[in-house]
Amino acid sequence: MQQVFTPRLISSRRQFLGKAGVATLALTSAPALAETMVKLPLAGGPDERAITTAFPQKGALILQRTRPPLLETPFEVFDQSVFTPNDLFYVRWHWAGIPNEINVDSFRLTVRGQVDRTLSLSLGEILALPQAELVAINQCSGNSRGYFDPRVPGGQWSHGAMGNARWTGVRLRDVLDRAGVKAGAAQVRFSGLDEAILPEAPKFMKSLAIDHARDGEVMIAYAMNGEQFSLVNGFPLRLIVPGWYSTYWVKMLNDVEVLDQPDTNYWTKTAYTIPDTPHASMRPGQTGVTFVPINRMVPRSFITNIKPGDTLRAGAPAVARGIAFGGDSGVSRVDFSSDGGKNWQQAQLGTDQGKYSFRQWEMSFTPSDRGNKVLIVRCTSGSGETQPDTPNWNPSGFMRNVIEQTAVLVT
Amino acid sequence: MNRASALHRIFPIALVASVALAPTSEAADRLSLKSVSVDLPLGDRMFPDGPGSAAANNHCLACHSVGMVLNQPALPRAEWLAVVEKMRTAYKAPIDPKVVNGIVDYLVTIKGTR
Repeated sequence: MQQVFTPRLISSRRQFLGKAGVATLALTSAPALAETMVKLPLAGGPDERAITTAFPQKGALILQRTRPPLLETPFEVFDQSVFTPNDLFYVRWHWAGIPNEINVDSFRLTVRGQVDRTLSLSLGEILALPQAELVAINQCSGNSRGYFDPRVPGGQWSHGAMGNARWTGVRLRDVLDRAGVKAGAAQVRFSGLDEAILPEAPKFMKSLAIDHARDGEVMIAYAMNGEQFSLVNGFPLRLIVPGWYSTYWVKMLNDVEVLDQPDTNYWTKTAYTIPDTPHASMRPGQTGVTFVPINRMVPRSFITNIKPGDTLRAGAPAVARGIAFGGDSGVSRVDFSSDGGKNWQQAQLGTDQGKYSFRQWEMSFTPSDRGNKVLIVRCTSGSGETQPDTPNWNPSGFMRNVIEQTAVLVT
Repeated sequence: MNRASALHRIFPIALVASVALAPTSEAADRLSLKSVSVDLPLGDRMFPDGPGSAAANNHCLACHSVGMVLNQPALPRAEWLAVVEKMRTAYKAPIDPKVVNGIVDYLVTIKGTR
């Protein structure tokens, strides 16, 4: 297992929360004047990032890239609730041609292709359809990419390219049924209002198999934690693909196309592919590997209230807590070790918000021996899949789910 | 505002929400969506000065701000060449093949493995 840390803020917590509060109140965009920095312990660096409050409708987030935005949720947020606040939810765009105005009266969602009737639905018509709701994690395929060894190019995320929310909207199946899917439909392709700056560049689109699209869980959401989406999180509509990586959760969704054959577009067929191997892992430079589109998520777990380098007192009762998720099958158990993995105890689990949600866990323990110790937490999913104890590697930095470690000092 | 009050904004929603995926018939639960108009930051910093920085500024920053590059780890030259070729071929960046080497040399200068 390799050493992994949760991010630490260089500035004080009070200062951080103060800035977050100000950002929450100020809905208009105002460039941040003073930069607060955060340190992400990425081996070999660069490890400093600015905390930005410059993005509209968003709070204080870790700035990975300004345009198109890559904004990371500070890890402390995950200690507060299993629901990630909308203003602190991470942001990730591929192309910089992001409309900065959306008119709710003129917006239309088109449903076309292998259907009996092409639809052009207003937001009012979508809101009038039967409502569906579920809690699900949205996690970037490359969450934690900065911890890959050897390092790989791409967004150098720590663990904050994920979030959990309650999504409200309509079932994709209901929308497809209104259009009438023709026999022979193979996939459904989704795209949004975002455009590449260069006209020749491939438009961002993602596709799902027709049976997946019609499974009754994939949704077109118009609300996140009970509020309309912020523009940078995909206003007004976003595809929700529970249990699958965020690349499929198309933002500003305005086009649904039923295809009669598998999609060959760049973003589905070529980009976002993983080795077809256990844990999507391979050796650097390994040849002859078959790559397949990334798909369902895998279990992960984190300690959220104890940071690397924290000091615990021998003989004094302590509590560790955090979050876990099973990927697409819920959490069956979380095990905790305060001695680097020699002894394990089963943690208590918090409220079950459904199999696609974060689940809080908690463990009381009393450190006995003094010295450097490693705290470890490990999730087993509802389908019996346990986090591996060696990190995976692939050239895109996708699907990290190794058991994470937190080094502390017991005095 | 503190974090606790932010969470109070979230939790009442959870109480209104029904069982996952069960349709709700309460029209009062429905949102009325409001039009949005915002400005997004542009990120107008340039690459650090040096041989090749002008080519990097000219060929990279139309599609993304410079922070994307500056936040990358040190990578071997072959890796930087692969990145630039991906930008050129997959993402259609208009980079003349004749200037590729100059851009790669610059990236290796600022972000190469020693």
